Amino acid sequence: MSVAGINVLVEETRAIQAGGRPPLLSVRGVSTYYGSVAALKGVDLDVGEGEIVTLIGANGAGKSTLMMTVFGAPQARSGTITYEGRDITRVPTHAIARLGIAQSPEGRRVFPRMTVHENLQMGAALHEGRFFAEDLAKVVTLFPRVGERLHQRAGTMSGGEQQMLAIARALMSRPKLLLLDEPSLGLAPLVVKGIFDAIRRLNREDGMTIFLVEQNAYHALKLAHRGYVLVNGRITLSGTGRELLDDPSVKAAYLEGGHAAPAAGGGHA
Amino acid sequence: MTRPVTDALPASAMAGILRDAALYALVAFGLCVPLIAYRADPGPGSDLVLVPRWGLVAILCAAVFGLRLLQRLVLLRRDARRALAPSPAQATEAVGGEPDAGQAVSKLGLRAFVAVALTLPVLAVLATGDLASSRYWIDLGILILTYVMLGWGLNIVVGLAGLLDLGYVAFYAVGAYSYALLSTTFGLSFWVCLPLAGLFAGLWGMLLGFPVLRLRGDYLAIVTLAFGEIIRLVLINWTDVTGGAAGVSSIPRATFFGIPFSPDEDGFAAKFGLEYDSMHRVVFLYYLILVLALITNLVTLRLRRLPIGRAWEALREDEIACRSLGIDTTATKLTAFALGAAFGGIAGSFFAVRQGFISPESFTFLESAIILAIVVLGGMGSQFGVAIAAVAMVAGPEMLRNLGGLKAVFGEGFDPSEYRLLLFGLAMVAMMVWRPRGLISVRMPSVTLGKRRAISGAHVSEGHG
Repeated sequence: MSVAGINVLVEETRAIQAGGRPPLLSVRGVSTYYGSVAALKGVDLDVGEGEIVTLIGANGAGKSTLMMTVFGAPQARSGTITYEGRDITRVPTHAIARLGIAQSPEGRRVFPRMTVHENLQMGAALHEGRFFAEDLAKVVTLFPRVGERLHQRAGTMSGGEQQMLAIARALMSRPKLLLLDEPSLGLAPLVVKGIFDAIRRLNREDGMTIFLVEQNAYHALKLAHRGYVLVNGRITLSGTGRELLDDPSVKAAYLEGGHAAPAAGGGHA
Repeated sequence: MTRPVTDALPASAMAGILRDAALYALVAFGLCVPLIAYRADPGPGSDLVLVPRWGLVAILCAAVFGLRLLQRLVLLRRDARRALAPSPAQATEAVGGEPDAGQAVSKLGLRAFVAVALTLPVLAVLATGDLASSRYWIDLGILILTYVMLGWGLNIVVGLAGLLDLGYVAFYAVGAYSYALLSTTFGLSFWVCLPLAGLFAGLWGMLLGFPVLRLRGDYLAIVTLAFGEIIRLVLINWTDVTGGAAGVSSIPRATFFGIPFSPDEDGFAAKFGLEYDSMHRVVFLYYLILVLALITNLVTLRLRRLPIGRAWEALREDEIACRSLGIDTTATKLTAFALGAAFGGIAGSFFAVRQGFISPESFTFLESAIILAIVVLGGMGSQFGVAIAAVAMVAGPEMLRNLGGLKAVFGEGFDPSEYRLLLFGLAMVAMMVWRPRGLISVRMPSVTLGKRRAISGAHVSEGHG
């Protein structure tokens, strides 16, 4: 039996353990192309309800493409993506957002000339402001820095603050599934820690399901329940965060480079 | 002049500035009374005749008031900008919830503009002596306001939604021809045709919008440019309906809600017990376009506070982020496009009723370019900026026409109005150098202040970081 086969088995077992429910998000055999170039070549991936799942990989492996494909921009050329048992492969992006998936996109993409407050309002656009005050209170508790800068133009904030705003804006739509694309990109270690702590809190306290795409493999795997490794548009490995952290090939490829963190318990010197 | 104006409430600061300017005007008035109010002309005999010149006095006082106001506001804005300048230690804007002075200028400026626009016919009559000789100024006012309305309409598309439309004149043409053809063919009155023209133009906007709004930036610009030309060519070549290059003439004049401006006893003058004057119609047209322009402005300001307006602005900032927040970008763009087109159409039907004659010649690319220039010069998205830019772009060339004195310098053959485009070019270059983001480049946050302060105050204190 192939490694992939074993992984599928492992995942199915996990699904049964989770009460026999199918995963919240399920990606099956998805291939995405940019013109004639395949960026994803038959990716299988599951995100169960209440989980933090991370996808790690090098630059150009197709991590962001996978995240964007889930969001319908670009749409998968083949394969299916199901969310809550519903096929969303061909659903337009804005309609996907209405199903309860929110995203903090790569490069944050806050609205720079609008104030922080207005950015958050745009995040709540789906609900036409019905829960605005309540949700605003929630996100500023999670990210006090965002609360301090409500009247400031988003473009004048630091990178870390913009990242927090991007996540806060995504949360304003009350998602069930939160997609985060490289929230640590270009940020100071201390800021990264703050953001990852917030993600952990979201998951623990609110039971938010989170799909996290990261280059910072050490932090991501420590945070996540499960992880996948993407290489050249294919999933090569999957397992729990701990397993992947200890996996020699993951160590060699992703942990001993620039992102390498201090030896994490399980002895690699 | 370094009062801490930003700390004061903007309303009270404004009131102070207004008082100050009013004081200046009062002093000017005091000086004017002995010096200017009466001119002593040699009378029929050896005596002098006093000729009253109160109109001139009014204009001078108004000018002093306006200039002082402008000076104070510019200084206020400069001070505020300095106060707001980020310190190197904290590379962020001031966090205060108050509008910066620039926004106050923008808001107050719009009010001042409306005030001047409302009183222009009165001012013109005061200045020139009687109604008939003020016609030139009122006509110029009508022309300017038409462009203000077009600018405000296009501002929705370009300034708010960020869609570069180079063929806006097409909707202007659709509106003009809607009224011209409906009234000459079916005898529909202007008041029925006005909303219809807006509707038609809006529909055309949608029709064009569906296929092209997936394009972005330069591509959208080129397609809209082509659309503008197509409409013009159709108007020229579809002779059976549009009359071709000859255009449509003898378009019915506007009526005072059904009462014609005619000298007979059913006319406006007779009904209201006035002496007939052909200027009644001109003044009426002036106020009509003023009201139409103000409606455009009001709708825009209102929509900016609604989710759809916020969505337009977000769309201009980042389309991908918009889509990922669940905003249907196609529908959002279409509404902006259709609404902008509808206002263009209404302005067009006003143009037709005012001219009484239209031909495709009036709807060339140059018109689109001028309207776009008004929006860009004004600072994209700023209502007041657009109004100022419209005044500059339309009144500027008119002023050139009056610079006959230059003939003495450049010789008899010199016609200043021929250098119009050259001056436009120079003005554009100057703008790019000194004000690359337009005359009024600040954007007012669309949320009220009290509420925002309350929210910030409540949550900062429980900070965890």
